[in-house]
Amino acid sequence: MNIDQIQNVLKSKTIGIAGCGGLGSNCAVALARLGIGKIILADYDSVDASNLSRQYYFYEQVGQRKVFALSDNLNYVNPFVEVKPYDLKLGPKEIRNIFADCDLIIEAFDLAEMKQMIIETCGEFFPEKPLIVGNGMAGWGKNNSIKTEKVGENLYVCGDGMSEIADDLPPLAPRVGIVANMQANAALSILLNDEKNITS
Amino acid sequence: MNITLNNRPESFEETTMTFEELIRKKNFTFKLLVTKLNGNLVKKNNRGEVSIKDGDDVTVLHLISGG
Repeated sequence: MNIDQIQNVLKSKTIGIAGCGGLGSNCAVALARLGIGKIILADYDSVDASNLSRQYYFYEQVGQRKVFALSDNLNYVNPFVEVKPYDLKLGPKEIRNIFADCDLIIEAFDLAEMKQMIIETCGEFFPEKPLIVGNGMAGWGKNNSIKTEKVGENLYVCGDGMSEIADDLPPLAPRVGIVANMQANAALSILLNDEKNITS
Repeated sequence: MNITLNNRPESFEETTMTFEELIRKKNFTFKLLVTKLNGNLVKKNNRGEVSIKDGDDVTVLHLISGG
């Protein structure tokens, strides 16, 4: 497919992004560059100066609500993407409501509890919708440990599966960005009907 | 029984066991797990009731904070 054919497919697609931290903000920017038709963002946090070590925000945006700051940034990248920001904390009810029309969902939470919650919620209410999870990306190096696995029908897991954040193992721009872009890359394959190539 | 656990073959003396028994036996100590049986989600509250038998394809996914 050439770029026009690819963008022609993507412009009719909708992607939901659950969380606008390191994974969500970087993944959203990649998807906006691809020319996805509509991106639905959800987060309840504000930009903190410490987030700038890995999240796609700018120094002057410190203090702004993340969903609105990210909407602005996506607009700078590609004003033809429709962005729908939800400044709220996601639980099962909210996930069912705001992501109902999405072609696929990107999980971009920080806490393992929330990752489990969205996997169980989507498995129950959206079993036909692909869900792409980030799992294990703290620290640095270990390039070749980062991979994507398909788990059951519609669940894809990107990351190294082991590097949990800690005081001496912080999340940092390179590995967080790799996993976020890996999630975007998996989404791209799915939307282009080529999901078999994700794990190859 | 012979099952597939996380894409690898695995054998057990038992002919059947629940997800809770499997998690205990394999020492999966992470507190946050997602479990699947033949591709279908087994919610954490059902792990004591859902049984695994010969030939099943079982997934136990550890979830890790960070993102």
